[in-house]
Amino acid sequence: MSDVLSVRGLSVSVRDTALVSGVDLTVGAGERVGLIGESGSGKSLTALSILGLLPEDVRADGSVRLDGVDHELVGADERRMSRVRGRDIAMVFQEPMTALNPTMRIGDQLTEAMLIHKTLAKPAARAAAADLLDRVQLPAETLRAYPHQLSGGQRQRVVLALALANDPALLICDEPTTALDVTVQALVLDLIVRGVMDRSSALLFITHDLAVVATVCERVLVMYGGRVVEAGPVSEVFTRPRHRYTEGLLAASDLETTSRRLTTIPGNVPPAGRFPSGCVFRTRCANATALCEELPAWTGSETRGFACHHPAGDADA
Amino acid sequence: MRRLNPSLIAGGVIVAVIVAMALVSFVWTPYDATLVTPSSRLLKPSWSHWFGTDKFGRDVFSQIMVGSRTTLFVGVVAVGVAAVIGVPLGILAAMVRRWPGEAIMRANDLLLAFPALLLAIMFGAVFGASTLTAMIAIGIASVPSFARVIRSGALQVMRSEYVLAARAAGRQPFPIAVRHVLPNVTSLITVQASVSFAIAVLAEAALSFLGYGTPPPTPSWGRMLQESQEFLFSAPRLAIFPGLAIAIAVLGFNLLGDGLRDRFDPKLEDRR
Amino acid sequence: MPEQIPTERVPTDQIPAAIQVVDLVRDYPRPRTSLLKPAPVVHALRGVSLEVKQGERFGIVGESGCGKSTLLRLIAALDRATSGQVIVEGTDITRLPERRLRSLRENLQLVFQDPMSSLDPRMRVRDIIAEPLVVQGHPASGARVRELLEAVGLSADAGDRYPHQFSGGQRQRISIARALAPRPRILVADEPVSALDVSVRAQVLNLISDLVDELNLTLVFVSHDLSVVKHVCDRVAVMNAGEIVETGSTGDVYAAPQHPYTQRLVSAIPTLQRALSGATTSDLLAKGDPA
Repeated sequence: MSDVLSVRGLSVSVRDTALVSGVDLTVGAGERVGLIGESGSGKSLTALSILGLLPEDVRADGSVRLDGVDHELVGADERRMSRVRGRDIAMVFQEPMTALNPTMRIGDQLTEAMLIHKTLAKPAARAAAADLLDRVQLPAETLRAYPHQLSGGQRQRVVLALALANDPALLICDEPTTALDVTVQALVLDLIVRGVMDRSSALLFITHDLAVVATVCERVLVMYGGRVVEAGPVSEVFTRPRHRYTEGLLAASDLETTSRRLTTIPGNVPPAGRFPSGCVFRTRCANATALCEELPAWTGSETRGFACHHPAGDADA
Repeated sequence: MRRLNPSLIAGGVIVAVIVAMALVSFVWTPYDATLVTPSSRLLKPSWSHWFGTDKFGRDVFSQIMVGSRTTLFVGVVAVGVAAVIGVPLGILAAMVRRWPGEAIMRANDLLLAFPALLLAIMFGAVFGASTLTAMIAIGIASVPSFARVIRSGALQVMRSEYVLAARAAGRQPFPIAVRHVLPNVTSLITVQASVSFAIAVLAEAALSFLGYGTPPPTPSWGRMLQESQEFLFSAPRLAIFPGLAIAIAVLGFNLLGDGLRDRFDPKLEDRR
Repeated sequence: MPEQIPTERVPTDQIPAAIQVVDLVRDYPRPRTSLLKPAPVVHALRGVSLEVKQGERFGIVGESGCGKSTLLRLIAALDRATSGQVIVEGTDITRLPERRLRSLRENLQLVFQDPMSSLDPRMRVRDIIAEPLVVQGHPASGARVRELLEAVGLSADAGDRYPHQFSGGQRQRISIARALAPRPRILVADEPVSALDVSVRAQVLNLISDLVDELNLTLVFVSHDLSVVKHVCDRVAVMNAGEIVETGSTGDVYAAPQHPYTQRLVSAIPTLQRALSGATTSDLLAKGDPA
């Protein structure tokens, strides 16, 4: 199975400050991969670099290749990227209101998505729009509605329909349900998973919510301080974490604990671009030693590995 | 490190030059701007008269320098009047209950609809043309734009959670207005002030042009324009210099306003 | 003179309720949509009743639009009820004018949801924290502010800085310090950790928990996240469409929800444990799709 998305050595910087360093990640066809991290981890910037949507003074280096697109995505000019977006790669952002044009009816926005990329002619596009809405469980009347007439959850479903309109090879979702109510979130997450499975699209799901990633994805990458610190199948990373940050994150998010107090990671996340040299987590790690001033190498394979000098679970092989 | 703000820099420089020119004019001008010298009528620009002379032999450069005083003076007083009336009005309209607030804004709209220049001319006709009547008239005409802008800003502040927290602590409305609303609309006031300044400069020029502003012999850019009319073809420079001065001043204040707005808005986001 | 509620004789060993809400209704008129029909009304609260005992940790859970924020505002006297009663520490505050609410403002304080907008960006942190004290006529003592900053785990020099110089978690700490300034007996927290990252959330929840224990406060914790409420609170009320649909101890409500809405809510929450035991997204919807 060839990889749909292949990211190698991706670095993102603004002026002289590095925000993301040395990110490698791959997503295969039909695979659902999660990217987990808190604010300042660089996860959203990684997604934006793949799409070529970084703000003006922010630069990306490295390589991003997409199966079916013959050119390098990093540094590609706007003309080429606009052909890729919405067709080969689609994205669902957190805020549905900004992704939808408030002055256009939903049906027109859906057909436009298909007409821009010439996937269908006008009459066929109209029928396809109705079908897309049906697949996200919205009634046909929604075609004639304007975005402000819909609730947050309904808008996000429209955005999902828009994203899947041209059967993209890769769907990127960045915190798509964070702003939604729990019951609505459940529906949208289910629609996302069914949407990518129906089309055998690859999914890159970015969030800070561990439970959501565990429910939606098969593989996960953990980011901190602009670097990938651990990667592997969800079942393994979340039961036998190796990197100390992953360990701390799992402990902190464990609300089922019977003790009155939750386990916390000491200290605070350093502001973007001000992460320590060497291991990015060493200033908050109880197991840090002088060795950690050196950048830890990646231990393990691409699909299961971590970057830590003193990983958890070392004693037990 | 903040991104360079070209509007702020350009606008700031232009305004600084005009202010410097006005200040310097109190202690030195190349010639007495009001001195009538029939022998030196309508001279072309030269080393002795940088911008030449007008139909009365008065040095144009000196007139431009002294005229800047009038321009700035009128601007400051007009904007001051507009702010002192408009800001409290806007805050009041935002904080009272729905119907009184709407009533205030409709009265405001009436004033807005009234042509400012017409108001100034009426003032001039009733109270006599002078710089003072021009300032007050322009000031009153600028009140509605202040009131509107400040009201919408104040409404946003009133809806914020920190005002809710202040109410939860027991703060009364007037202290909330002073302690929370006013400080949080100052950036709006600054921006509106520089924009209104530009409008005031233009208005003063127009009034003087029409004869309702600063009376002779005090130099005024607007009146210089009016006096240059008969020489439009023979000596266009007499219109170009004051006209350019007005245009540059307006541009400068507008740029300053844009630059200040850009500088204050992303303050909370651009913390790099 | 505080009005007394007419109740039956209360036994001396029974702890009085910190907050009592009786049949609370709040309607909002909406603008007219037609000249002929009457203006539509939004029923934000449709007759809500609950009781929070002294020293209790009480949670209120619900999704957006359920009325929990409206309920909070009414309890904090920041809004007027259409009908019903709100009784705080024995005093019926429902229709009291602002000038009579002084003791409420001292004894009940709020922590708000959005760390970005709940602090005045133009005020220094020490002024923000001291505001409740200043308003209520106590001298704004620097010592008290420093004491509060320390209690929430911030350095003393934080008082000189402005809110935008702090992270989300730190701003919530400032919010908590402000709430504690007038030494309240009741702390009402409106989604205090919803906007925070996981590791920061853990820190702030621990802080709230510690302070509530240390200062013997009554805590009302509002959230849309049932897992968080389950960890922090002893009892919980579940709200939907302006009504309370279920009340009980958090353990019971979570493990064996009675009302269909609560059941849907509980099953919709993704948890690490369920996911690792093979739950998929369709399992989140097990009890049927939302409207």
